[in-house]
Amino acid sequence: MGKTFVEKVFSKKMGRPIKTGEIVEVIPDIAMSHDNTAAISMIFREIGVDKVFNPDIHVIVLDHASPAPSEKYALNHKIVRAFVEKYGIKNFYDVNKGICHQVLSEEGFALPGKIIVGSDSHTTTYGAYGAFGTGIGRSEMAVIFATGIIWFKIPESMKITVKGKLPEGISAKDIILHIIGNIGSDGALYKSVEFCGDAITDLSIAGRMTIANMSIEMGAKNGFIAPDKKTLSRLEPRAKTDFEIIRADPDAEYAGELEFDINNLEPQIACPHTVDNVAPVSAVNRKKINQAFLGSCVNGRLEDIETAASMIRGKKVNKNVRFLVFPASMKVWQEAMAKGYLATLIEAGAIVMNPGCGPCLGAHEGTLAPGEVCISSSNRNFKGRMGSREAEIYLASPASVTAAAIAGKLVDFREI
Amino acid sequence: MVKGKVWKYGDDINTDVIFPGKYTYTIHDPNEMAQHALEDLDPGFATAVRKDDIIVAGKNFGCGSSREQAATCLKFAKVRAVIAKSFSRLYFRNGINTGLALIQSPEAVDAIENGEEIEIDFDRGILYCKAGTFNFPPLPEFVLGIIEDGGLIAHVKKKIAQAK
Repeated sequence: MGKTFVEKVFSKKMGRPIKTGEIVEVIPDIAMSHDNTAAISMIFREIGVDKVFNPDIHVIVLDHASPAPSEKYALNHKIVRAFVEKYGIKNFYDVNKGICHQVLSEEGFALPGKIIVGSDSHTTTYGAYGAFGTGIGRSEMAVIFATGIIWFKIPESMKITVKGKLPEGISAKDIILHIIGNIGSDGALYKSVEFCGDAITDLSIAGRMTIANMSIEMGAKNGFIAPDKKTLSRLEPRAKTDFEIIRADPDAEYAGELEFDINNLEPQIACPHTVDNVAPVSAVNRKKINQAFLGSCVNGRLEDIETAASMIRGKKVNKNVRFLVFPASMKVWQEAMAKGYLATLIEAGAIVMNPGCGPCLGAHEGTLAPGEVCISSSNRNFKGRMGSREAEIYLASPASVTAAAIAGKLVDFREI
Repeated sequence: MVKGKVWKYGDDINTDVIFPGKYTYTIHDPNEMAQHALEDLDPGFATAVRKDDIIVAGKNFGCGSSREQAATCLKFAKVRAVIAKSFSRLYFRNGINTGLALIQSPEAVDAIENGEEIEIDFDRGILYCKAGTFNFPPLPEFVLGIIEDGGLIAHVKKKIAQAK
């Protein structure tokens, strides 16, 4: 019997055959932390070792509340900078760089066959490059700083095949919302999900990142997409180290196999207050919105901003809507500026913000008041997530977010 | 044996309603975290919860963020255990690592009523409620070692001391 991706990646790491269900201790290839490095550094101090086990496996990015919106956050960042300095962590990116998952991708840390952990649940994003990426807790990250080691139980694997050709304007976000709506927020609980099929290979790397990113929203431990020519041509100029492509064996054993056909997929939207509360946009009330948020680690990339700019060119943001655009990184920001997308968006009445997580987690830069409605290209719509617990968040694709910003209400973008 | 009052909630209780994101980088004191426990789910919980109370919930408890404070805040609110139909993988790890007892028992969750007093015998893996008695499976030995040491940090400190 062949092995799944996750069995193979851990077999290679351990130097012996590893099977589903085994518990292993490994030194990850990359360990990413962000603003929470301040809290992690306090736990690290409590452990009581005098140096970081291997500073070079760590990557730290300040993105969650950047630049600091208050004195408390400023202090938090100050603690991180001092920690980085003291322990010689060279892979440090301050508040001018972008969202951690985008930065690790751009800087060539996200590579095929690598084991990447992050004290952030959306670390699953790196599966788009054929890596094993998964989220861990703060204490676990502190222990990696101190000892290098983390334990894993090798999960069962699930295969999701997505077939067909995406209709005009429908995107990776619609695919993943459709899947999550079907299988539920625990539909892949604790599983390693391998995405395959022609609809997945047709996606750009940015689109694949959207899919892998949201694997966590159906409970998965990681989401994997096999690298191909597209992946390699993107990695070639940026890979930080050598890497080896690891794919599941053709006769690997899966705990579940699902198939989706997206030939007739409509624009999808996740309604309050869970990510699996998904419907076609056409089936949802044409509810008035107060804010439209384009950005986040799931949909703040160049192609997302290009979609918004091309839709809004010559039109205006509805006068009752705040349209906030957050390029996922400074690199995306510069590219979007050079191509004129930002000028188009600003001309239409959008507010182009700094790269970072923005209002996604309710810390700053566009939090919601009671009774307000926001359409968001991010990945979570939990009650209270973006501010008031009496606010409503709808999740959708960049095209749907832009359409709502223009119309002032939830609409099928094909009407705009 | 532990005895506590039940606070019962539904499915998919996520980390944002257990511990709001707006506090994640500004509150470092675990006792202060406890004051915000379940703030966006049940605003009265943090002031009314008593030592050894028990949370009972449906499937996928703790889904969402990796934030460990969602486990820490309940531990420091003196919650003795969370019993759920299932847990998100990150919450399960964070529970183990912070030393918060997590019990997976779909049958018990269906049987237990909100507000009743239940008893848990951790050593024998038995749970007693009005509707009857339920067994819950033991954790893997490796994981039990972490919990018995009082969480991951205490476990690692012990290992480092032994290595010296």
